[in-house]
Amino acid sequence: MVKNSLGREIPESFNGKAYIPYKDPHSIVPETFHIQRASRILKRNYSGSSKVVGGLREAIIASGLKDGMTISTHHHLRNGDRLLNDLVKEIDALGIRDIRIASSSIHIVHAELIPYIRKGVITALECGVNGPIGEQISKGELECPIVVRSHGGRARSVISGEVPIDVAFLAAPYCDEYGNFNGFYGPSACGSLGYAMVDAQYARKVVAVTDNLVPFPALPFTIAQNIVDIVATVDSLGDPKKIVSSTTKLTKDPMGLQIAKYAAMVIDASGYLKNGFSFQTGTGGISLAVAGHVRDMMRERKIKGSFGCGGITGFFVDMLDEGLFEGLFDVQCFDLKAVESIGRNRKHQEMSAGLYANPFNMGAVVNRLDCAILSATEIDVNFNVNVNTESSGLLLHNTGGHCDVANGAKISIIVCPSIRGRLPMVRDEVTTITTPGETVGVVITERGIAVNNHLPELKAELIRRRAPVKDIHQLRDEIYAVTGAPKPVEFTDKVVGLIEYLDGTIIDTVRTVRA
Amino acid sequence: MADSQLRRTMLYVPGNMPSMLQNVPLFKCDSVIIDLEDAVNYAEKDAARNLVRRFLQSWKVRDKELLVRINPLYTKWGHDDLKAILPEMPDAIRFPMCETAELALELDAELAKYESANGLEIGHFGILPSIETVKSVLNAYAIATSTKRIYALAFGAEDYTASMGIARTNSGEDLMHPRMMIVMAARAAGIQAIDTVFSDINDMEGLRKETELVKRLGYSGKSLVNPRQIDIIHEAFAPRQADIDYALEVVEAIKQAQQLGTGVISLKGKMVDAPIVKRAINTLQLAYAQGLVDTPVDEEILNG
Repeated sequence: MVKNSLGREIPESFNGKAYIPYKDPHSIVPETFHIQRASRILKRNYSGSSKVVGGLREAIIASGLKDGMTISTHHHLRNGDRLLNDLVKEIDALGIRDIRIASSSIHIVHAELIPYIRKGVITALECGVNGPIGEQISKGELECPIVVRSHGGRARSVISGEVPIDVAFLAAPYCDEYGNFNGFYGPSACGSLGYAMVDAQYARKVVAVTDNLVPFPALPFTIAQNIVDIVATVDSLGDPKKIVSSTTKLTKDPMGLQIAKYAAMVIDASGYLKNGFSFQTGTGGISLAVAGHVRDMMRERKIKGSFGCGGITGFFVDMLDEGLFEGLFDVQCFDLKAVESIGRNRKHQEMSAGLYANPFNMGAVVNRLDCAILSATEIDVNFNVNVNTESSGLLLHNTGGHCDVANGAKISIIVCPSIRGRLPMVRDEVTTITTPGETVGVVITERGIAVNNHLPELKAELIRRRAPVKDIHQLRDEIYAVTGAPKPVEFTDKVVGLIEYLDGTIIDTVRTVRA
Repeated sequence: MADSQLRRTMLYVPGNMPSMLQNVPLFKCDSVIIDLEDAVNYAEKDAARNLVRRFLQSWKVRDKELLVRINPLYTKWGHDDLKAILPEMPDAIRFPMCETAELALELDAELAKYESANGLEIGHFGILPSIETVKSVLNAYAIATSTKRIYALAFGAEDYTASMGIARTNSGEDLMHPRMMIVMAARAAGIQAIDTVFSDINDMEGLRKETELVKRLGYSGKSLVNPRQIDIIHEAFAPRQADIDYALEVVEAIKQAQQLGTGVISLKGKMVDAPIVKRAINTLQLAYAQGLVDTPVDEEILNG
């Protein structure tokens, strides 16, 4: 074990692979790892015939999937996804074992995979997870080494070949027989296919799986025929009702609204809210309330923003349609309005996860962000943020773009209630570090605003505006005065997962909790 | 003359909800009214009393006016409420169903008894009577002048309409007369008037209109039950820029006059007298509270 620069103990190797401990947000470069862009064998297909081979089983056979290989899927169908579950069932039925899953994310619906992990069909997860799989792994009830990556970090690991994908099975909501597809239309429409774009470029075999085979050509394509090997057809890719988030709504909780108001004050005081402003926010009720304030200020001051970014909601679509932004960069659509918009508006730009946030290229979109609103499960007095585990110590959430956006944006703003249940959310130490404090600008709870030391001018401006600015230690003390100081959760020495930073270094580990 | 305490927003918080009480220090209202009366079911009266007491013990840095709404003294809970709450030093008691001056005097006597027994100045605790029946509307002036503890009259429309046998409407004609009666009684007595709760928490435009109306009538603020209404009410009570500019000129004129030692002050050919100064100070207080001016106004200039 070695300590990384944040004092977290990191194993030198994990699941047979060596890792480098986290150092700082910016100094790691591709040369540090001696990596280059992954190569892919050249192919020649002189046939113009259909690539449809049948259903999933035929596609698996045709792909040449064997024991020990790595597969991937994308998570644009989110909790409505059926593909990954059905795929693993078929893989099992074909007697294939020891498969690594390198999907872009895994959701609660994929708890169905648990028996196949126990059975040895799946033996490693090269991706973060939401829900029961992570929970069982961190309780020590399920054995399956897991490496949690951010969206940008995952794109990096695929593009560099650190995680070589043998077969990518990509849900294709609107697809033709020769393999052109997009996510805009059809019963399983999910909008952007940003997470699938990287896999389609770098997987050794690409299988487009569709429940909506349309006559050639399926235009406009997101992923084109020249990189798609096989087309498979299925009855259904998933449950459309769960593909898009429940309608995204502003919070009505008074404390949440207070947090949103403070966040708006911070954005206003930042000096970036002028023509050319760029902004990313999440889909939670507080994030949307912040977006509401931002929209109102932009309207009132006749500000024309540059772009909105990230997972896109109807809220951002309305701002685009109203002319408040020049365009949207969309790696993932969160609701039907966003899906509808991306299919009709060229200024609503689909973007790959690599373009969005891969740190190892000539510039990701997150680098151009002025202000970003991010959430947290916990924050510590060094501004480190946890989004992976909860205070119970259980691994329940994937990183998403959290550390990528914090790393890229000029000001990253963390919004979080000060207390959840009976637990303080600003603490001496977070259970798990997802995002290093050095990249976090501001922490906002309903009890006040803590500004990190690297933004002294913002802090002074907020004080001048009589905003409730507090030292983060004071914030912690005020919360502890209500909740008391929490006793840390006890962990065993057994490392069951790694939290990878976007540059490929290891920022923290997940250990099993001591019950 | 009415005191200068800002009471734009007087937020009710149920005394039986720990999750809400915990947030009392965080609400950005001018006053908070912790409720032991209507919000609390009869079976929970004692539990709520204990909870509120414990909460008040823990709330050390009080940054807003604190009232507790007790049960009427003619119920079996009213006196126990007082006994539990007064040691925690609220600023005032919100007194429900205060239909007559005699009822106000009964509470006055209870408070005086506690004050003298505990070495507090007589008159330490204020009273905010709820004018919420036809009878109390008709007695408003007598109630307002019954004791110096009463610093405002608070209108309660729900019980009022019930006592009139009418249904409350959003348009508000039904409330016009009592609103006028109450604000006139209050102003005649030299105290503030606080308007009733606007109950449709999803109609922010309606809330804004109603607040603008009562502001024009002379009310100083509103009672409210949902913290989401705070910002709207504060915005509605915010002074216009022209009024702020004028108020700043008045204050500047006063300061200059004081330096020169002149007694009579005029501004742009008009005499500036005490009510004008008072109004200017009130305007600047509202403006400061709303973040429209950077420095708080110095009330001492009134005494110069």
